[in-house]
Amino acid sequence: MAKEMMKGNEAVAEAAIRAGVQAYFGYPITPQTELLEWMSRRMPEEGRAFVQAESELAAINMVYGAACTGRRVMSSSSSPGVSLMLEGISYMAGTEVPAVIVDVMRGGPGLGNIQPSQSDYNQIVHGGGHGDYHPIVLAPCSVQESIDLTVLAFDLAEKYRSIVIILSDGSIGQMMEPAELPPMMPLKTSFPEWAVDGAAGRERRFLSSIYMDAPAEEVANMRLLNRWAKIRENEIRYKEYYLDDAEYAIVGFGSAGRVALSAVRQAREMGIKVGLLRPISLNPFPVDAIEALGKRVKGILVVEMNTGQMLDDVLLATRGKVPVEFYGRTGGVIPFPDEVVSAVQRLAAGPIVTTGHPRDRWMKFMSFLN
Amino acid sequence: MTVPELDSEQVAVYQRPDALSDTNTHYCPGCTHGVAHRLIAEVVDEMGLRERMIGVASVGCSVFAYNYFDFDFVQSPHGRAPAMATGIKRVLPDRIVLTYQGDGDLASIGMAEVVHAAARGENITCIFINNTNYGMTGGQMAPTTLPGQKTTSSPNGRDVEVNGYPIRTAELLSKLDGASYVVRRSLHDPKNIRLAKKAIRTAFEVQKRGLGFSMVELLSICPTNWGMTPRQAIQWLEEKMIPFYALGDYKVNPSVADIKI
Ligand SMILES: Cc1ncc(C[n+]2csc(CCOP(=O)(O)OP(=O)(O)O)c2C)c(N)n1
Ligand code: SF4
Repeated sequence: MAKEMMKGNEAVAEAAIRAGVQAYFGYPITPQTELLEWMSRRMPEEGRAFVQAESELAAINMVYGAACTGRRVMSSSSSPGVSLMLEGISYMAGTEVPAVIVDVMRGGPGLGNIQPSQSDYNQIVHGGGHGDYHPIVLAPCSVQESIDLTVLAFDLAEKYRSIVIILSDGSIGQMMEPAELPPMMPLKTSFPEWAVDGAAGRERRFLSSIYMDAPAEEVANMRLLNRWAKIRENEIRYKEYYLDDAEYAIVGFGSAGRVALSAVRQAREMGIKVGLLRPISLNPFPVDAIEALGKRVKGILVVEMNTGQMLDDVLLATRGKVPVEFYGRTGGVIPFPDEVVSAVQRLAAGPIVTTGHPRDRWMKFMSFLN
Repeated sequence: MTVPELDSEQVAVYQRPDALSDTNTHYCPGCTHGVAHRLIAEVVDEMGLRERMIGVASVGCSVFAYNYFDFDFVQSPHGRAPAMATGIKRVLPDRIVLTYQGDGDLASIGMAEVVHAAARGENITCIFINNTNYGMTGGQMAPTTLPGQKTTSSPNGRDVEVNGYPIRTAELLSKLDGASYVVRRSLHDPKNIRLAKKAIRTAFEVQKRGLGFSMVELLSICPTNWGMTPRQAIQWLEEKMIPFYALGDYKVNPSVADIKI
């Protein structure tokens, strides 16, 4: 299939349709709404279910109900809407039903704004909903990668009976780029042995997230954790750029990773040997790759569109073995590649600082900006 | 429980419906949740729906309803059962989807979900247990608590100036175009129990024929949290609840009126 110009949000929607999503439930919120609109037209065309719910609370619980039938199902939203979905996401994690949720992040907290942001990293990657569970979180940096990760998300969700969240942002959702969609896949015809779809000719089934007996809940949570261990073993994804001879490395995901790549190319032209590691699976996080990277380079710069949320995970992964600095913009501001190049230059120029927290040094630097 | 064999002279006149699991419930003695369960199960048996049923249990005393019915079930977050039911029904339109919800669940935290399910004409059936309080959490004030009624969170009696007025859910939902069949019945005596069963049967017929949203509100007792014996509670329901929550048919779509049971 040839490449066509596509908008990020619409590409995700069509990719989900091609991946065999059988039901979509959502609620309008910028910068995600094109996804819902696309679904409102295409799902009925394909004879599949679409409901514009009365709220994200309702949308996620429609997803929960449909997921209990073992069919492929998804929703999408943006930051404030995803906050409302977290109760349902926790229930689905506790019930061990698969679902795909797309979060096209925007500036916050509160109503914030509709500009691109990565400030929900902690909320999504480190759980979000209540209870002991781990969602799989995938972060695309382009329209093509949004498509590819959407298809992957459905497979992973089913393979591990897990929630998969595609953590995108307003810039990737809104941008238009040439990209290629997968061919239309046939809808599933067989359903898992746990699916609640009417006890025709079999014993009844039920799905719930209740374990009134604490030791039984512990057993269930350990089952989730063991599954998570397998996910950590098999599903870590990241991409490396210009790292072979690198003396310095940037770690950045999604849009920030993309800006960082432009900065790496500029800095290379200036003669600074810098590369980029871009985590694609934010959960499971590429801990070993980042630890190994820390042993190879003289310093790491973490770039994010927030005040340093993934930064803490990079610090944990590098275990203090390498100096780490941070550069970020927040509130819906996207950093320019020049700003990142300057941060690389400062890192390369030294002196290397190992005391204090990189976020504090960045705050000090930012205070000069204002 | 072992059922003794019948000899040729004897006829079984009362048995556990097939759609009810052979297990004890956790409901308090005298609680009408058990009566409502039995009515649903009898209707499922009579209509031969067991293999097509999908129930959605809610959060409240009936949270374990999925253990008591012998058909497929899921269990929803507090108030969200009509949304879960919507998700199920939209992917499996030929199944009969039922929510079973209390008054805190349906008329307080889940009011938006039930109103919109009704407005969409979602082809599901809600069984709504109105016992004027939050049973499971120990008898707090619910949206259905009567003016002046004492609960653990309205210790001096519900003061409508401060706590607002009770919600008459059946009346409210009946105003929505998508609602096809909305009625209120009571579980306080055999005659009314029979009428309640007939209403549940009609609601399932409505759903089976694809006629849209149906809700049966059932006035129920909560002797434990009302601090009464079951007999006193039945009397209180009759004397206090029925005058406020009038029994009757609030919405019967003309196409439903043809259904003869
Ligand atoms: C989000 C959320 N809030 C509160 C609760 C606590 N809770 C459990 S049951 C219940 C009340 C249920 O009362 P009702 O719906 O009237 O049913 P009943 O127990 O009377 O049958 C509440 C508030 C909860 N489980 N989840
Ligand atoms: S607390 Fe009330 S509603 Fe709950 S089981 Fe007991 S009597 Fe029934």
